[in-house]
Amino acid sequence: MKNIKVLGTGCANCQNTLKLIEEVARTKGAAIQLEKIEDLQQIIGYGVMSTPGVIIDGKLVHAGGVPARAKVEGWL
Amino acid sequence: MRRTPWGWLALGLAAWIVAYASLVPFADAVIAALGLTRLTALGEALHFFFYDTPKVLLLLTGIVFVMGVIHTFVVPERTRALLSGKRLGIGNVMAASLGIVTPFCSCSAVPLFIGFLSAGVPLGVTFSFLISAPMVNEVALALLFALFGWKVAALYLGLGLTVAIVAGLVIGKLGMERYLEDWVRAMQATQSATFDAEKPGWAERIGAGVVHVKDIVGKVWPYILAGIAVGAGIHGYVPQDFLASIMGRDAPWWSLPAAVLLGVPMYTNAAGIIPVVEALIGKGAALGTVLAFMMSVIALSLPEMIILRKVLKLPLIIAFAGIVALGILVVGYVFNAVL
Repeated sequence: MKNIKVLGTGCANCQNTLKLIEEVARTKGAAIQLEKIEDLQQIIGYGVMSTPGVIIDGKLVHAGGVPARAKVEGWL
Repeated sequence: MRRTPWGWLALGLAAWIVAYASLVPFADAVIAALGLTRLTALGEALHFFFYDTPKVLLLLTGIVFVMGVIHTFVVPERTRALLSGKRLGIGNVMAASLGIVTPFCSCSAVPLFIGFLSAGVPLGVTFSFLISAPMVNEVALALLFALFGWKVAALYLGLGLTVAIVAGLVIGKLGMERYLEDWVRAMQATQSATFDAEKPGWAERIGAGVVHVKDIVGKVWPYILAGIAVGAGIHGYVPQDFLASIMGRDAPWWSLPAAVLLGVPMYTNAAGIIPVVEALIGKGAALGTVLAFMMSVIALSLPEMIILRKVLKLPLIIAFAGIVALGILVVGYVFNAVL
């Protein structure tokens, strides 16, 4: 099971990213544990400067905008 | 790697040029088809609407596409690496200029702010970036260019950069680092600013341009349409010098500070405010007063200050707002005096 964290302070793009990952996981039937990190100090701890950022199993894979659907499908 | 769609790009460019060249005939044809002439108020208003709307949307699409491609070259991490350890002065000039081309969304202002500081970008230089990035952006420039011509767009660009550079310099000289929140201060210059990301190919860059157009133009076109409709309505009906006495060149000196103050609680992006700007100018408001109002709406916003309060102590926020407001005022008075 993959642990996925979406980093963002709650802007529209962060919500969209969260929804997109949920949706792709559901259609592919992939088991994931999805978390939303809104705490600034934690976000910055991951070295992310432009939100939303995506962390998979502790590794930063994306930052600065809603990821493309194909990219999300590649992760899962 | 995907094939680069040069053919599509050329086709798109050709279509764009043809469309831009046929703006006036198009508006004329629409008016004629409706059985109107430009001699009536209704005809004039409709002609204005059918000429301005496609023109503004075409210019916006073109500029936003180019910026989307440029954004793939200047991601925030690269900008940060470029600015790391730069001195005040040259650093401020670079930061303000990079603010134009680096992708920026006000919702990530705070992570970006801390990201810069933690990589050893000086506080004053960081502020130059933070002021320039939202204020001098491609949507504002594209719309000013489309509605008022290149001179006004160039003036806005030059003066916006000047405000960002000078305000950042002043904040840097004041040595206000102690007014950062403690946890932010502790993070200053703790990370390296090395930058090595995978290089996207041209297919990805062009793709990014298309996505940017869908994103931005898709979001702002209703505002632009509404703004031009209002502008067109005013164009035909409201008397020309309606606003001249309160916002015009002969208005009392306090009309400019009042316009800046009025802009602070208002928060919208460039696309939302510029059609209003056009309507104001069309009715006799002075350009300097209106541009100061516009800069204030975009650069000084209450919601952004509340977010910044998480990382800055109050005196620094007040200094930031005060210095930027002062800069905008000077710009407004200069504009009104020169033009």
